[in-house]
Amino acid sequence: MSPILFNLLLRSIGETVIMTLASGLISLLIGLPLGIILIATDRGGLFQNRPVNLALGGLVNAFRSVPFIILLVALIPLTRLIVGTSIGTMAAIVPLSIAAIPYYARMAAVSLREVDRGLIEAARSIGASRWTIIREVIVPESLPGLTAGFTVTLVTLIGASAMAGAVGAGGLGDLAIRYGYQRFETGVMVAVVAVLIVLVCGMQWVGDHITRRVDHR
Amino acid sequence: MNNPFPTIGAHAPLQRDLAATPPVVRLRHVRRSFDGVVALDDISLSVQPGEILGIIGRSGAGKSTLIRTINGLERIDAGQVEFDGQDITGLHETALQPVRRRIGMIFQHFNLLSAKTVAENIGLPLKIAGEARAARNARVAELLELTGLRDKANAYPSQLSGGQKQRVGIARALAAKPLLLLSDEATSALDPETTHSILELLREINRRLGLTIVLITHEMEVIRAIADRVVVLDHGRIVEEGSVFDVFATPRSETTKSLLRSLRPSLPAHIAEHLDVAGGAEIVLRIDVSGDAARRPLLAEAATELGLLPRLLHGGIDHVGDQPIGTLFVAVPAPGPGDRARILRHFNDKVSGLEVLGYVTDPV
Ligand SMILES: Nc1ncnc2c1ncn2[C@@H]1O[C@H](COP(=O)(O)OP(=O)(O)OP(=O)(O)O)[C@@H](O)[C@H]1O
Ligand SMILES: [Mg+2]
Repeated sequence: MSPILFNLLLRSIGETVIMTLASGLISLLIGLPLGIILIATDRGGLFQNRPVNLALGGLVNAFRSVPFIILLVALIPLTRLIVGTSIGTMAAIVPLSIAAIPYYARMAAVSLREVDRGLIEAARSIGASRWTIIREVIVPESLPGLTAGFTVTLVTLIGASAMAGAVGAGGLGDLAIRYGYQRFETGVMVAVVAVLIVLVCGMQWVGDHITRRVDHR
Repeated sequence: MNNPFPTIGAHAPLQRDLAATPPVVRLRHVRRSFDGVVALDDISLSVQPGEILGIIGRSGAGKSTLIRTINGLERIDAGQVEFDGQDITGLHETALQPVRRRIGMIFQHFNLLSAKTVAENIGLPLKIAGEARAARNARVAELLELTGLRDKANAYPSQLSGGQKQRVGIARALAAKPLLLLSDEATSALDPETTHSILELLREINRRLGLTIVLITHEMEVIRAIADRVVVLDHGRIVEEGSVFDVFATPRSETTKSLLRSLRPSLPAHIAEHLDVAGGAEIVLRIDVSGDAARRPLLAEAATELGLLPRLLHGGIDHVGDQPIGTLFVAVPAPGPGDRARILRHFNDKVSGLEVLGYVTDPV
């Protein structure tokens, strides 16, 4: 591999990592509250509210059912509005986040819902408010699940960001298509796949490690 | 408390005139049903300061529902719940929170937060109440001391045994210095030895802090060991209520009798099998005694007065608080024709329960 290609590869890795982490962070910051709202407004939840629950649940499902490649194209106007352009790494963060938010919201909701009702009851019995119960009981108790779910989201985002490369987002997917596929640079293709494997394994390893650290059950 | 017998639960500092002090809890005509299933049916009761009130009843009798109405975890359909003189019946969740801080609760499955250390679990009620960290830490240290968990402060609940977990539960329930402790089957998941140590702890807390305790259990042993008064529930109704001694010595309702069966001895099967209904050399009696009768040399008296030597087959004297209560299975030789009547007459005057179980020919 030529030094130019090697530099390209390094840059692409950087772009992929930025896309993944940025959209991952956004999906965490918005998806987790959404997950909390989903379980809190559900039947028997702390803030039971059917209309809100149905509306939010429907919205989340709607976004999750749109294939990412379609979301990518459909969101171009929104992306242009937010970032100013619809091409490039920063632009790709918009559709990636919007795909990842409902994905993580659902996964978070699954973990949050698993918290033993007895613990919520114990918290009520010591006079905890509903917000306190969310902050002190529901979120901390589901931390292992939340961490594991976030890891899965990040790994999925790595794959999705490669797809975003197809519409000019840069990153490893872009590199693989332009050099590996269109110019028959098999070396580039192999290198990209190898880097992706290392990235995914690395993220999973870190995620598993953190999950174990926060799990005291 | 109209318990004439100062039992272990009622201790010296609290033996003031309890009738004059207002009750900690008062329920008036409380009703609660779940989709047509009546869980509480016109329940009225009060809990006096410093007493340990036991609630017993079969599964589904409404015990948990009853105890949960006291701290407002369960809403009621009709009636009134009063805590420390305050009517808490209609209060909504937010208004109940300060009330609940004055009522501790412990659970069968401990319900400790797995993500928090022992110290953090114990300090949580104080954190919720907005206490400063320094004051919180001092109180947590006190509670760790009281519950014998000093070296477990930084452990997580998953690293503790069942008994230790319940100690943490108790410490957490006591953290905010409540007026009342509610216990829903707190020892049901523990082995007998651990149960004993937890009961000791509860009794000590009751004595030292004068804490009022309402406890649910299906173990009659628990009631006998620490309760002053007992309420028997059946199908959401109170079927019997009184001092533990009175209820245990002379249970009136069928529910109570059947619940107490576990506690009362019965004749071992191999002896019961040899009983002859028609007649035999010895008459076999079941004798229930309580109070003064249980303090007398009952068998020795029979030997002197009847001139017949009774044999103790099974059973003995137990204690509820400091009151003796017991069931004796006795075989008395009845050689002559008038002996049976003579023996029965003799015991009938002295004991609270007498039953002829049969006869034996060959001593077993
Ligand atoms: N949340 C609920 N929804 C529907 N029915 C309920 C609910 N809570 C209690 N019940 C019903 O009310 C009745 C009393 O229940 P409760 O839990 O108070 O009984 P319990 O005496 O505590 O029984 P156990 O000894 O098994 O714990 C039962 O018939 C039960 O099925
Ligand atoms: Mg129960």
